[in-house]
Amino acid sequence: MLIKKPHAWQMAENEVTSEAHYKNRRQFLRAMGIAATGSVAVTGFPGMALGLTAKAKAVRDLDYKTTEYDPGEDQTSFQAVTSYNNFYEFGTAKSDPADYAHEMTTDPWSITVEGHCGNGGQFALEDVIDFSSLEERIYRHRCVEAWSMVIPWLGVPLASVLQKFGPTAEAKYVQFETYANRDEMWGLSRPVLNWPYVEGLRMDEAMHPLAFMSVGLYGKELLNQNGAPLRLVVPWKYGFKGIKSIIAIRFVSDMPRTSWNESNAREYGFYSNVNPSVQHPRWSQSTERRIGEFFRRDTLMFNGYEEEVASLYRGMDLSRYF
Amino acid sequence: MAMRKKWHRFIGAWTSAGIFRDLGLAMSLSPRVVRKIIKPTVFILMLLPLAWVFYGWWLYIMGDLSLVTANPIEYTNRHLGDWAMRFLLVTLAVRPLSRIKSLVWLMQLRRMVGLFCFFYAFLHVSSYVVLDQFFDWPEILDDILKRQFITVGMITLTLLTPLAMTSTKAMIKRLGSLRWQKLHSLIYLASVLVIFHYWMMVKGNQLEPKIYAFIVAALLLSRLPQRVKKRSKLAQEKAGLQ
Repeated sequence: MLIKKPHAWQMAENEVTSEAHYKNRRQFLRAMGIAATGSVAVTGFPGMALGLTAKAKAVRDLDYKTTEYDPGEDQTSFQAVTSYNNFYEFGTAKSDPADYAHEMTTDPWSITVEGHCGNGGQFALEDVIDFSSLEERIYRHRCVEAWSMVIPWLGVPLASVLQKFGPTAEAKYVQFETYANRDEMWGLSRPVLNWPYVEGLRMDEAMHPLAFMSVGLYGKELLNQNGAPLRLVVPWKYGFKGIKSIIAIRFVSDMPRTSWNESNAREYGFYSNVNPSVQHPRWSQSTERRIGEFFRRDTLMFNGYEEEVASLYRGMDLSRYF
Repeated sequence: MAMRKKWHRFIGAWTSAGIFRDLGLAMSLSPRVVRKIIKPTVFILMLLPLAWVFYGWWLYIMGDLSLVTANPIEYTNRHLGDWAMRFLLVTLAVRPLSRIKSLVWLMQLRRMVGLFCFFYAFLHVSSYVVLDQFFDWPEILDDILKRQFITVGMITLTLLTPLAMTSTKAMIKRLGSLRWQKLHSLIYLASVLVIFHYWMMVKGNQLEPKIYAFIVAALLLSRLPQRVKKRSKLAQEKAGLQ
């Protein structure tokens, strides 16, 4: 009986991500509304069924151009991408970010840029991101917890953002920091990690054409639970490297501290490249569950981006620099 | 010494105040009432966490991810494990609570609660083997050997299995109550291991494992005075005999 189930839900999945829904956002939203009220009528649990849509903030549609970045795999449904999240500032349950992230103020938003760069300072979101040149990139997303998604992100190459600030030759690494406001993020009152959340990349990783600064997904602005208003997407690394709701960018000369590494260095390295042969003490990294699928699939080296990024790590022992 | 007296007085006041009697759970609860009304009610209540999962899967199939999340397999596994652990703590709590005069009848429910703990623990591991790994035995073996929290979890289930299998009256008779009791004190070890299992599984510095650890510690420590008393009584009897 249980084994039969995937057939049923795989079909439901395809309905959600069908071409029509994806291309026509209004129709998509309306369909979501109907789906939600439909289940209300059947189940009689209105709060539960409507929770997701009721708390989602109003997001703008964005203009963008499509690109060739597309693994050609089924995209994970918008509903799954926006309801199954790790954003511990809003609680550690997967559903917590969708439940609480709407309490975060994302407008106005300012980003502090400092360290080894020519043009540091305080910037408004619009000064950091050129909203007239957004592109869509469909990337695989692999969480260190051995689940994965395929997400159509909107944004700009990270390199194009960083170059604006004129990093100097001393800038060997770049560190990012997440917004941290106790009044809006209840999870900060729990010492799960050493807040605020920080992440970092080596400068050549940050400048790699695949590294992406995202401001939207599925044709719309990011919802808060996905890291609005801007977040990092580094598709060949585990998801936690993709730091959300960035308020600071620092160009530094030494390897910066990163939150998960600081929490448990044995389990989370600075690089955290997706690597099926480097085992995590708690999860086998050789396979993953693609959200919406029943059977596990093999995890690919560098999450399938080996051809593009392997040269960044030439000569490095990846089992040591994991 | 003064501290101890104060503590005794506190306990005494609490129980003789009859908080529980006031709740209507009076000493007059006859074994018949427990057997005919309370036990079936608790039985159904303890099935609710399982019903919750089925309801969640049904919603999921209808396109509503709000209950079992977008990753229902992980949710199912965690949920079943949570309840196995909770019922283990409830089983452990029965004895200390039944020392309160008005709650003596709780002892009649202990075996059932213990069996439910095993039932959920078994479903928890089954969901891992069937839903998560889909009988990928090499991968499962690898997990048991390499993922320490899974190693500990499997040991815990292994410890609980003989307890569930010897839960019948016939088995108590066959083993003799002393040997049976000795065997069933494995639950203390299992309760410690399940805390380790949970603590090691959780990411970052989270509160929940600490809460469960505190409860287990309290439940184990609450047995200490009785143990000491029993032991000194035995020693006295021995001395008296000689």
